[in-house]
Parts: sequence; C-alpha cells; structure tokens
Amino acid sequence: MIFPKIKILHSHGWQYIPDLNAVELTEEFRGRPYLTATADMRDVEAAAQLCPVKAISTQPFSLDMGKCLFCGECALRAPKNISFTNDYKISSTSREALIIKPGDERVEFHPEQTREQIYQLFGHALKLRQVSAAGDASVEMELNASGNVNFDFGRYGIEFVASPRHADGVVITGPISQNMAEALEICYNSIPDPKLVIVCGSEACSGGLFADSKAIDRSFLDRYKVDLWLPGTPTHPMTFIDGVMNLLRLKTR
Amino acid sequence: MKYFITDNPNAAVAIADIPEVEYAALYEDLKERLADSRYHVAHYFARPEENRLKFYLILLDDVKHKIMVSSFAMEYYDDIALPSLTALHPQMHPFEREIAELFNVEFDSMPWNKPLRFPHNRRNRNSSMDNYPFYTIEGESLHEVNVGPIHAGIIEPGAFRFICNGENVLHLEIALGYQHRGVECEFTKTSNRLRQTLLSESVAGDSAVSHAVTFSQTIEKLMGATTDENLNIERTVALELERMAMHIADTGALCTDVAYQLGQVACEALRTVVINTTQAWCGNRFGKGLIRPCGTNKPLTAAKIELIRKNVTDVRRRYNEVKEDIESSPTILARFEQCGLVPKAEMLRIGGVGIASRASGASRDIRASHPYAAYINKIEHQAVKMHDGDVMSRLMMRCHEVLQSADYILQLLADYTPANISQPDYTTPLRGEMLAVGLVEGWRGEICHVALTDKSGEVSTYKVKDPSLHNWLGLAIAVRSEGISDFPINNKSFNLSYCGHDL
Repeated sequence: MIFPKIKILHSHGWQYIPDLNAVELTEEFRGRPYLTATADMRDVEAAAQLCPVKAISTQPFSLDMGKCLFCGECALRAPKNISFTNDYKISSTSREALIIKPGDERVEFHPEQTREQIYQLFGHALKLRQVSAAGDASVEMELNASGNVNFDFGRYGIEFVASPRHADGVVITGPISQNMAEALEICYNSIPDPKLVIVCGSEACSGGLFADSKAIDRSFLDRYKVDLWLPGTPTHPMTFIDGVMNLLRLKTR
Repeated sequence: MKYFITDNPNAAVAIADIPEVEYAALYEDLKERLADSRYHVAHYFARPEENRLKFYLILLDDVKHKIMVSSFAMEYYDDIALPSLTALHPQMHPFEREIAELFNVEFDSMPWNKPLRFPHNRRNRNSSMDNYPFYTIEGESLHEVNVGPIHAGIIEPGAFRFICNGENVLHLEIALGYQHRGVECEFTKTSNRLRQTLLSESVAGDSAVSHAVTFSQTIEKLMGATTDENLNIERTVALELERMAMHIADTGALCTDVAYQLGQVACEALRTVVINTTQAWCGNRFGKGLIRPCGTNKPLTAAKIELIRKNVTDVRRRYNEVKEDIESSPTILARFEQCGLVPKAEMLRIGGVGIASRASGASRDIRASHPYAAYINKIEHQAVKMHDGDVMSRLMMRCHEVLQSADYILQLLADYTPANISQPDYTTPLRGEMLAVGLVEGWRGEICHVALTDKSGEVSTYKVKDPSLHNWLGLAIAVRSEGISDFPINNKSFNLSYCGHDL
C-alpha cells in the first residue's frame, strides 16, 4: 500500500512556485489591454459596436477593464489600436484606475488610498470570507486555486475562513443577485471592524453581462467603499495574489 | 400521439410544423413512455404566444437516437388545472415547478408544488427566498440543521435544510435560487450574437466550453449552417479537456474531504496542468473565448497540438497512479463505499442524467445516445457505467472518464493536421419562426438549450437546461439515512452547479 503512494510522490515532484513575482503567464493569456490612438478610429468604432458589455469608449478612446470580459474580440477588429498583453497585474484600489487609456503601460495602484490600519493590522495575517453572489463558479474556483499547491498564498498569511466572525474582510464574486443581496449584507455586518471589501471578477466590478438585468441588486456597493477591484473573467490567481499583496504593502507596483 | 421527429445534428424545426395536441393526449402518452427508461424529457417549458400559453415538449428516445418535439396550448387566462405529470413521473418536477412559478399554471395533485428558483419575473411576488416552504416533520427525537445560503468554503450559495434523527439524515431539502441572474431573459434582450455567446459561456463557468458548444450548435441549426470536420474535432478536444479538468478537480475535492492529502495535492497539480493547457490554447483557463458559432478565433496550431498531446499523456499517467492508490487504500474505500446510495430505479425515476446516473447503472450519455461533433463519425463512444450508485461509483466514474477522455483527445489529435478553420459568424440572420435544440454531454451530464425565433429571425425565447436541474434531487436522496457528517463527500461526489440551476 505504500508503493502506490511513493509512485505518486515521485511523479508529483516539486509543484510549489518558489517565487511568485517571477511568474510569467503564457503569451495567449489576455491580461492588461494596451491601447494606441490612431488618426483613423473606424476600427475602434466597429469594435466598440461589437463589444458585448460596452467597455470601449471612442470619445476619448479608453477601455474599462471593470466591464471587460477579456474575450479579445476587439483586438481582432482593431489590431492597430487594441492588443491584450499577458500582464496579470490589473487590480487597483480605485474603480477609475481600471479604465485604460492610450499609452497606459501599467494599472495605477495607490496603496495610500487604503486606510493605514489595514496594512498595519493585516499585513502579516489576512483572513477573508468569500461570498458568491451569482458568480458563475469560475471566479470561485480561481480563488480556491490561489491557495493550492502551486500558488500557495498561505505563505503570505492570506487565508479564506469559514466564518465571517473570523474574517478581516469580504471577497465578493458575481454581479450580486437580488436573491443574495440580503445574505451578503448579513455576512458583511458580521465581520468585525475594521474590515475590507474586495470585489473579484469583472462581473463583480460592474455587473458584467448582467449589469442591466432585473435580477441584479448592486446597492451594496453604493453603501460600502470597495478597497480592492480585481477584474478578470475569471480573475487569475496571480491577479488576486498580486492585488492583495499590493494592498497589504507587501509589494509595490 | 403526434411528434415531430428529428435527431441531434438536424434538430431545427419550423414552429408551424410542430404538432399541437390536446393536453390529455400528451398526458396519456408521457404516462406510458416515461415508464420506459428509453425515453426521458430533455425540456418542457411554456411561453406566452399572443393570448395563449404554449407548452413545448422535447422528448428524447435514446434507443432510436431521436429527438421528439410536440406542443399544446391553453388560453392564457384559463383557470383549468392540468393533471400533474410529476405525480406519475417525478422526473417532471423541475419543469412543472418552473411553469407554475412563471405563469401561475396550476398542476392538479402535484406532489411537490414548490418554488424552483425565485426568478425576478415570477408571477407571485409574495413568494421570496425568505419564505421558502421547507418540509418539516414533527417528532421529539428529531432536529433540523440549516446550512447556507453561504457555505463554509469558496463555493456558490444554496440553502440546505436537514431533518436529522440523531446523527442520521432523515430528509434533506435543497432550496435554490440565490444565484438567479436572469440568463434566459438576457439572451432575448440582445441581437448581438457575441454577447449571446458570452452569456452561454457564463451559464456555468465550470462548464463554459460545454454550454458554449451547446449554444453554438443551437444557433448553427437556426442558421441552417453546417460545421466542418476540423471544427468538430477541435470542439470535441476542448470538451474532453474540460471534462478531464473538472473530473480531476472533483477527485481532488473528494480526497480533501476524507483527509487524503496526497490525492488532493496531486489532483490540484494535475488540474493546473490541464487548465493551463487550455489557457495556452485559447488564453483562458476555463476555455472562455474558444468556442464561437460557425468557427473559432483560436484554431489549433502544430505547436499547440504538440503541447496538448504531451500534457494529456503526462496527466493520464500521473492521474492513473492516483486512481490506483485510491483503489488500494482501505481507509479511503471505507468512507466511499456503500455511502450515499442511489439505486438505478430511483435514479431513472427522478430523471438523473450524466455521470451521477451512470454511476447508478443508467445509460444516460448524450455522446452515445444523441451523438454530435466528432462523436458522430470519429469516436464510437462507449459510455462508462458503474453499478452501485454510491460515492465510490461516482468517484470511479470520474477516474475512468478522465482516462477515456485522455484517450479520445490523443486519438483525435494523432492524425490531425490543422487546416483553415472558419472565423466566427455573428451576423448571418437566423431563420424566422423556428425552434432548434442543442444537446451536449457536458462533464456533469446532459445540457440542453432550446431557442425559438420570431418572424424577423431574432431569438424570442431561449431556454437553458443544465444537468444540475435534474441531479440536485439525486443528492437529496443519496444522503437519506446517511450520517450527516457524510454530507460533504456526497455533495462533492455530485458537484452540481448552483448558477446552472438558478440561471
């Protein structure tokens, strides 16, 4: 009975990524968009027309990652103007910083916008309670993966906990359905102060495809300030880890 | 009774050609047919058409590989109660509950007349998540355990109410609807076909490829388009990669719940390899962006084929080692074997589909019974089946299917030369006044989409069915008389979708 286990261990080898800062995602990965303004903007207009979530503005030219579902179709329609890089560092402390303008080569991250006590208290140990409010399970699986054998964010003291009473903040996924609005509020109120609000995934940032659906209730976000915005469909584990580490001032962008 | 009879690759019909029968005839016909496991209902829904409420029935004949379509209508404001089919065949329950919730149709002697998902467009606005009518049993020795909607892990929400006698579960009731986003309505609110495609990818994020293939096939049938051989092969590879990834994830989750850490971490790492392979192919770990109507933006290249073959071969070997270890570890077997039994007859009665049904010995597999894409002519699919219907069988289903999927991928790619694959088509108009059915075996089981178009070719009704709609009841039945501490392994052995159910 021990031999099959040794065999697994042998094949498994070393899966832990020793230095997460050195991680580079595959070229195909669609991360931070890069925009170039040209004299002829007809391609961009066509792309903006097709964009299923109206994330592209033409006057002035910009792309809102909080809405973007990273399908990449605009880059095919307007290859001279829009391209997607494999840069996964796309989180920010403000919603406005998710709007990419021509020439932007990085997403602004302003840790000073976060209350001082956040990194003072949680810099070494951050416990989070996740609430899926109509998330489609992909964002949730990526959050699970952030703690797995490869990414292991537990090494930074970041951990998901079962009870909101044990948590320092809430991570919201999904566009927030009416049917989950009350449960989300109760969960948030159960977390002791001071607490964080993190929204994870483009659907959580803007409502995504469901922004205009009658089944959605996003009033929670009008009442509480969001500390960290994480775009993506779903948010890649590296985006999540990078965002939280920046928030805790464990690294700077 | 009259049906329009077609098969999966050709499942599009002019609405005018769908027979319209009396409800009594349909009732008598289904009463008889559904007693035979060869038939089951893929979809049954209603929609208002002028001053009438029209019901559409999509019935599958697994033996003759046929899709049978029929309909009936009633006056919209008729107060007649229809005799309930659920009373005869419990597999009809989600459909009748949905119709009752949306249109206030009364089903006479319906044994489980409860809200299904509390949609935003429900008729009875007084019915809400807070007053779900949970079943209760009086008894001094009984207690209730209420779990959810927010669960302990990072998963979707749903409310579970257990009635326990000591540590044993007498009854479990699952109340869903928390995830309702209005997916079906969103499909009809737009004519942007890319938006509709992305909606299909987000029906259930863990089945993005399966739902997107189902959507694409449905829309292609409405266009009257045929897909070329190579596109079919690439879609099938993507479907089987998704199946591998999710089955491996579930194997890992089951290992976690019995504290078998070696299996857990090995599966975590193996799933990473599979989804990173999908990411290297199309830029997204869940295959979002890969499947598009009539073509793809991400055709395979020689280098990508080589990467897929290399990784799939490696994962197949390593996963098989985990499978062998599970099979030879008595401590694991003691937890999984004979736990959470759902006998075959029960599974068929409730209309179970997919791996959960096959674990109980039922032969429900769309790849074999209603082939599509490369299962038509490239792969002769032999559905894996187990017999016991316990947690172990559901785990072994996954173990065998991962190896089978790996073999299919390697077989499809062995002599595959990437050739020009067409670009996606978002503009060709759909044929007006048509109904089309898409049927795909996702990793959980049978996915069925039904689209209806109006005179101008716009999608006027879009119905989505995730296999979870049927199988949630299977989980409730599995845990009866089990210790409540065995609920997690039962839950993981089904791993059903909340958002796919709530839509």
